[in-house]
Amino acid sequence: MADVTLMKTPAETALVQAFESAKTTLPGSTESRAQAFEQFSARGLPHRRVEEFKYTDLRALLREVAPFAGVPTADEAKAALGGSKAFADVAALQVPFVNGHFVREAVDFAKLPEGVEIVPLREALANGHEWLAKLSPVPWASGNPVYQLNTSFMADGVMIRVAGSVETPVHLRFVTATGSAIATATRVLVVVEDDASFTLLESHESTSGANHQPNDVIEMIAGDRTNVQHVRLNAEGDKALALSTLALKVGAEANFNSINVVAGSATSRHQVYAILNGENTNLRVNGATMLKGTQHGDSTLVVEHNALHCESRELFKTVIDDEATGVFQGKIIVPHHAQKTDGRMMSAALLLAEGGSMNNKPELEIFADDVQCAHGATCGQLDEDLLFYLKARGLPQKEAESLLVQAFLGESIEFVENEDVREALVGTVEGWLKARS
Amino acid sequence: MLEIKNLVVQIEDKRILNGLNLTVNKGEVAAIMGPNGSGKSTLSYVIAGKEDYEVLDGEILLDGQNLLEMEPDQRAAAGVFLAFQYPLEIPGVGSMTFLKAAMNAQRKSRGEGELSTPDFIKQVNAAAAKLEMNKDMLKRALNVGFSGGEKKRMEILQMALLQPSFCILDETDSGLDIDALRIVSEGVNALRSPDRAFLVITHYQRLLNHIVPDTVHVMHGGRIVRSGGKELALELEANGYADYRESEAA
Repeated sequence: MADVTLMKTPAETALVQAFESAKTTLPGSTESRAQAFEQFSARGLPHRRVEEFKYTDLRALLREVAPFAGVPTADEAKAALGGSKAFADVAALQVPFVNGHFVREAVDFAKLPEGVEIVPLREALANGHEWLAKLSPVPWASGNPVYQLNTSFMADGVMIRVAGSVETPVHLRFVTATGSAIATATRVLVVVEDDASFTLLESHESTSGANHQPNDVIEMIAGDRTNVQHVRLNAEGDKALALSTLALKVGAEANFNSINVVAGSATSRHQVYAILNGENTNLRVNGATMLKGTQHGDSTLVVEHNALHCESRELFKTVIDDEATGVFQGKIIVPHHAQKTDGRMMSAALLLAEGGSMNNKPELEIFADDVQCAHGATCGQLDEDLLFYLKARGLPQKEAESLLVQAFLGESIEFVENEDVREALVGTVEGWLKARS
Repeated sequence: MLEIKNLVVQIEDKRILNGLNLTVNKGEVAAIMGPNGSGKSTLSYVIAGKEDYEVLDGEILLDGQNLLEMEPDQRAAAGVFLAFQYPLEIPGVGSMTFLKAAMNAQRKSRGEGELSTPDFIKQVNAAAAKLEMNKDMLKRALNVGFSGGEKKRMEILQMALLQPSFCILDETDSGLDIDALRIVSEGVNALRSPDRAFLVITHYQRLLNHIVPDTVHVMHGGRIVRSGGKELALELEANGYADYRESEAA
């Protein structure tokens, strides 16, 4: 029988060429990159016949691969950061990235908050560093093609170590500012030591609106009795194809609270892979997604309860206007030994116009017999009776709709503990609503 | 003030209002009484502008303006206020957020600027105190977890803050205990003025002991079948609606 050669799409061919030319200039050993790229190439870009990508067909969506961005000059970086607005009113330690490259001049390493250490990933990869061994804490995330691409191309990032109770949030500020299309791949590793508490903010925005293809991975290892608040804001330009992954391993008796708010990108896919690795841990993963025009927003989530007595709560809210498409795929896995698991997953979508669509796919994989797990998925329109009540009090149609949409998304956002951050997110929702009326 | 002429309304091919005529003058409190299913709530919804109803004929004029051509929010801006029989719960919308949005929307329609936060809070606190409302209620989402009596007080609070010229009370007495009935009625009576008219819809004469009407209208089969003074309510309480049912059968 003749060998079957897989036909490569132009984008896949471009990725092969990009890897061949970049692998010698990217920092660190080429071995692990080559291995990841080989794994990726064996299957190519995922398409709709790959179950995990059924509703987000990357082979169809990624027609042309943009060139990977070079390091910006100091002036370019300064100008880009000057135009950035996300979480502007939140007091935080700024860790900025411009066009996917860490702007180390913007961080005063001598004055980091107590308990926070930051190591630039580029240097660590080039010179070696003991924390590198902690990368990829969720082994099965490595099977994901988006993650494999990140491992192949990651050009920059930081590693952060947190000990003790850190009051000041750390803000990973990703800004894109180019006139032409670029691709970026960043990797951030955060190690939260036992008993530490910490808030991580992450914002992704574009000051130029140019086509941007980011592939960002955040990996977190949260130890025992840790308390971590993670807030991610996607405010990318409306041409972006934004892929992101949060890979997470949490120890015992910990609290981990993460939210992803989407208010930008032509196409976005945020993947969360979490392992609860110690007993009595509480995990919350929320989403608040706002889509309009022909935007496509995908939230994909796998939570593995790998220990007794853990609780997980997932609440994803999606608002869909015009002809936009929302996707929610969530899976809770409970192996034999994770008895007394309590898992609840909910996805609710609000369709504001006739042409929108939502794909909900909640899944449970339960092998233990003494657990409580539930999932729910709803799609609906705004309640006419509620709208009438508001209008009867003098609110015009659009204002009444806005109030109800804010309330709908607010149920997901209200879990953000930091008040300034919560207000900034509410402001993002208000801005989105104002732009639609 | 309010003039309804030959109003014919149906919902899903079912005729509810059948050539209803009614006039309420400035400063007047008009009560509408009638048995279940006579169309009382439909009348209140049609005046306020709910979409589910199909108006086949007739007109509703408020100070000469044709309400039927206006959106519900425009009617509210023109002075119409409906105190709902079943006020809706809106999870996620704070009571104060809602009150402020409603007050500012109406100010905007009158070409006035937004209320300052201290002025707003002052007005709300003063109005809430008169209705003996628990301040914690105002911190919660609108009507969520409120008792029946609390919801009705919230309606009257909105009425007091929005200062409408034409108020419809749709079975405001339902679900109220005696104390709550007194407080709500006092709240309504405090708003009586020569420039404001009320349409009070009720099954029972009880409410009319507290909110004494100037006129009483009996509604049956989708029209007003009898009108009179406040003594008509007492007569109905004594005899029930049987007379009107028989006349229909005959």
